[in-house]
Amino acid sequence: MEPIDQELDPAEIELPTEPMLLNVGPAHPAMHGTVRIVMELSGESIERCDVQVGYLHRGFEKMCERGTWTQVFPYVDRCNYVSPMLNNVGFALACEKLLGIEVPERCQWYRMALGELARMSDHLTCDGAMAMELGAFTPFLWMIKGREMIWDLMEEETGARLTHSFGRVGGMAHPPTDHFKANAEAVTAHILEILDEVEKLLLGNRIFLDRLENVGVVSVEDAVSLGWTGPCLRACGVPYDVRKAHPYLKYGEVEFDVPVGHRGDSFDRFMVRIDELKQSARIIRQCLVRLADSGPVNVADPRVILPPKEEVYSSIEGTIQHFKIVMEGLKLPAGEVYSYTEGGNGELGFYIVSDGSGTPYRVRIRPPCFYVTGGLERVITGAMMADVVPSFGSLNMIGGECDR
Amino acid sequence: MAKALVELIKQKFPADVLETHSQRGDETIVVYAPRWKDIARFLRDEPRADMTMLVDLTAVDFPDRSPRFEVVAHFYSLSKGHRLRVKARVGDSQGEGVEIETLTDIWASANWAERECWDMFGIRFSGHPDLRRILTYPEFEGHPLRKDYPAERIQPLVPYREVPDIHKVPPFGKDEGMAFGRQTHARGPNTDDDDVN
Repeated sequence: MEPIDQELDPAEIELPTEPMLLNVGPAHPAMHGTVRIVMELSGESIERCDVQVGYLHRGFEKMCERGTWTQVFPYVDRCNYVSPMLNNVGFALACEKLLGIEVPERCQWYRMALGELARMSDHLTCDGAMAMELGAFTPFLWMIKGREMIWDLMEEETGARLTHSFGRVGGMAHPPTDHFKANAEAVTAHILEILDEVEKLLLGNRIFLDRLENVGVVSVEDAVSLGWTGPCLRACGVPYDVRKAHPYLKYGEVEFDVPVGHRGDSFDRFMVRIDELKQSARIIRQCLVRLADSGPVNVADPRVILPPKEEVYSSIEGTIQHFKIVMEGLKLPAGEVYSYTEGGNGELGFYIVSDGSGTPYRVRIRPPCFYVTGGLERVITGAMMADVVPSFGSLNMIGGECDR
Repeated sequence: MAKALVELIKQKFPADVLETHSQRGDETIVVYAPRWKDIARFLRDEPRADMTMLVDLTAVDFPDRSPRFEVVAHFYSLSKGHRLRVKARVGDSQGEGVEIETLTDIWASANWAERECWDMFGIRFSGHPDLRRILTYPEFEGHPLRKDYPAERIQPLVPYREVPDIHKVPPFGKDEGMAFGRQTHARGPNTDDDDVN
């Protein structure tokens, strides 16, 4: 038997290493099902990586060119399936910008209230999933419970939990229900309670903080150059929020703050979302006060809005108008506009080109996620393998929107 | 605000601004395609423009026009708060050899945006460090957002990729896997495992 304490040259002890190629995803829970990252690892740190998206590409922009403008709404629902109402409103605003119309005040407050509820659902999902991916399952369940309440409320309002298709050019599909205000207030209050509990559970937790603080740091210059917007950019300390910088709807008339981080790490991104949830609650409460109980929701423009059913069945004008809008689609003037709103993940832009017919010539969605995910390579190169999960989670990549 | 910016560019590049318009308040300039990058760089470096962000870059296909494609970029200045849309027209009616300079060395966001533009429209960005398809896969034929790409076109099935030094095994052996559902459609009448059902 050989003696254990052999005299060894230290150089011989050093094991020979070679880079290891590791493929993560696309069918990997931490990759949210739709992203593949090919990494070259040296030990546990990532030397190089290639982020590949597109596994959820469904040809959204191509499909939009086949129907009418109104038929785009179901597609935008499926772009960001965590906050579909924001996409609905964003697209409606783009069409209205090209038409040059503005919806009645009641509709604007209604859109804002629904939109902020959708933003809450987005941030709850992202922060909850982030905690879950680090092993904290309880806050995830609590936050998803909160999201569930929002979805119940949405179902009450729109008839669908997730894919509402509720926006219309020139208004909404239905006016708010009678108990919308009471429900929204109850949901908001409950979510604020949930946030308190989540904060108590997570923000004093050493493990949680250690996994997030100073991990996935992005500099301001990088974030701006990468086209980051939304919570990810604000976590770097840039207070750019479309709602504040270029107010649309009634955002100029409500009070809210824009939370910013200062390090640009995963923890700041987490906290910016938590703070935005509270700001959303603030906005919702102001919207509910200002939302009128009666009054028109849709513009009184027969070119864009379907006539009431009684008129369709009782008058020839109503029938013709209904037929024209349904069969030919409402007509947007020829030209192009870029309309932008603050989506769940940042600036959600719609660049629409119309040739004056009832069919979109080109609908380009500017997906905030796509640009944020484009920066993932920069975020995780040089990081540890285990830090990929929280970093990626904090970017809140939504597959449907990123890949369209 | 942005109006003054358009005037500024017109002064700086008098021969290269082909058209301007501001439909619904969106300031737009159409520039001479070979000067695309110079104008973009000017927009970023000029303090009065200070376009810190390339918000979006895409294209629109007009098959009846010549040049056929419009490359559309939206710029935003975080400090000034103004926006500008810059377009350049490229490509002949066949859509072959459509090429424009890349903006990747000015804004990092151009990287993926241009890859998508190449993937969807077949517009080549010269100087791009990594011009691969991004939303579709390498074997994809054609460029789906071109108007002459039929929406119902079906792409051929892709065989296993040949990658050197990687030993691959098929997901299921002949007598493995499920005998129902999606697997059954490929099975001919004379295969050995007829008796599974």
